Amino acid sequence: MIRFEQVGKRYPPGIDALVGIDLEIGRGELVVLGGHSGAGKSTLLKLIPAYECATSGSVLVAGQNVGALGRAALPVLRRHIGYVFQDQKLLFDRNALDNVLLPLAIHGFTPREALRRARAALDKVGLLAREKALPIALSGGEQQRLAIARAVVGRPNILIADEPTAHLDNETADDIARILGEFHRVGVTVLVATYAKHLFAGARHVVLDHGRLREAG
Amino acid sequence: MSVWLHAQRAAIALAFSRLWVAPVGSALALLAIGVVLALPAGTWLLVKNADRLVRGTAPATPELTLFLAVDAEPAATDAVVQRLSAHGGVRTYRRVTREETLARLQAEEGMREVLELLPNNPFSDAVIVVPRDESPQAIEALAAEARSWPRVEHVALDAGLARKLDALFRAGRIAAGLLAGLLALGLLAITFNTIRLQVLTARAEIEVARLLGASDTFIRRPFLWFGLLQGFCGGLLAWLATAGAASLLAEPLSELARLYGAEFVFMPLDAGETVALLACAMTVGWLGAALSLRQHLNAE
Repeated sequence: MIRFEQVGKRYPPGIDALVGIDLEIGRGELVVLGGHSGAGKSTLLKLIPAYECATSGSVLVAGQNVGALGRAALPVLRRHIGYVFQDQKLLFDRNALDNVLLPLAIHGFTPREALRRARAALDKVGLLAREKALPIALSGGEQQRLAIARAVVGRPNILIADEPTAHLDNETADDIARILGEFHRVGVTVLVATYAKHLFAGARHVVLDHGRLREAG
Repeated sequence: MSVWLHAQRAAIALAFSRLWVAPVGSALALLAIGVVLALPAGTWLLVKNADRLVRGTAPATPELTLFLAVDAEPAATDAVVQRLSAHGGVRTYRRVTREETLARLQAEEGMREVLELLPNNPFSDAVIVVPRDESPQAIEALAAEARSWPRVEHVALDAGLARKLDALFRAGRIAAGLLAGLLALGLLAITFNTIRLQVLTARAEIEVARLLGASDTFIRRPFLWFGLLQGFCGGLLAWLATAGAASLLAEPLSELARLYGAEFVFMPLDAGETVALLACAMTVGWLGAALSLRQHLNAE
């Protein structure tokens, strides 16, 4: 499903964030990406939807080299990937429902179908009762759940979550991990970058250390 | 098709909401566009009505008047009429005898006394000619030819004034067009700047939409609709301004025309002109938005 082939990423003025990454993630796998702060976890994840481009090697998603995709093909790739951002990137001038409706509008769903799917996604993460609330009125855990709802509402094949449990209490972190696990159980390929790998029992653990893959198993 | 229509509808709704979200700013921008468009539209309206007024009082077709010598015998006039009837360049002609001219002028108030002081009829026979070809060159050629005929003393081009006015109004219409072109650049600048501000305001939304897989078309669509909508509303304001001015001017100008013995109704922009005004405003609005997006979306 996802393959990294000798992938390197260098930021100016010559800082190597990733070096010679070889990694293959199969369809429907749950992979937890661990490592210290600055190990390159977020960079690795951002290469999959081509938010960033590798400086060497290639990243293949469903056989497509994402670094070679054109301006028209890139949005199509991104629509098949759900991404929970580290900083969530919620739109704070829109309520929870409208935040979840945005990807559906991008997908081109009819308003009625979009509304049905958005409410189903909010229900899945336990936020249906708060659909009219602005993100600012939601707690940290609720904001994270809203970000997950927005990421999964388009029913992506791949779900990526970058530090989804950071700054959350244990109970809320458990809750988030449970929700992500549920998507894995229905066949979605899930990649999670986190310090809290204990929350994802049964997952394949991959560890990055100063941009290099140290452990994959 | 259905997906495309839904996308357009959503973009239009978003464009309306962006117009509505800052009502004062939007109203001022629309007012500026309305004023910018009202200037050429008003100029066009004035030229059009002045043209109608003149065409209603001056001869519509050019005419030549052939004056024979005062002492010319009727047989000489007959000979001229015979030449005209056989001439291929003449559409119609009308003979006016010196007696008819005298009788007509004597019927006019104040002229009888003047004419009675004269010992003889001072007028000559005349023939009014409407040429087949109305081009200035053809009329001049016919006039030159007629001047060479026996006993023809003078040839007058009666449509000279009308032609001059026609040229003046043609220049007026071109001036209105140039003014419209110049002010369209102003409208372009207003839309360009409005969209620039919109892009800055919606920066977070655009960034998130791109991360979620929005295409450039998806992102640009509501802004382009906004440009169209802004142009349409500005055009509508310009139309209202010109219609209002036309309504205010209609009665005093009709009264003025009546005082000069003419019938005149000041006409507002007709349906075709209104559609053209709105279409131009929308096109320029769309173009301004497209240029602004090209400049500012790529920078995002």
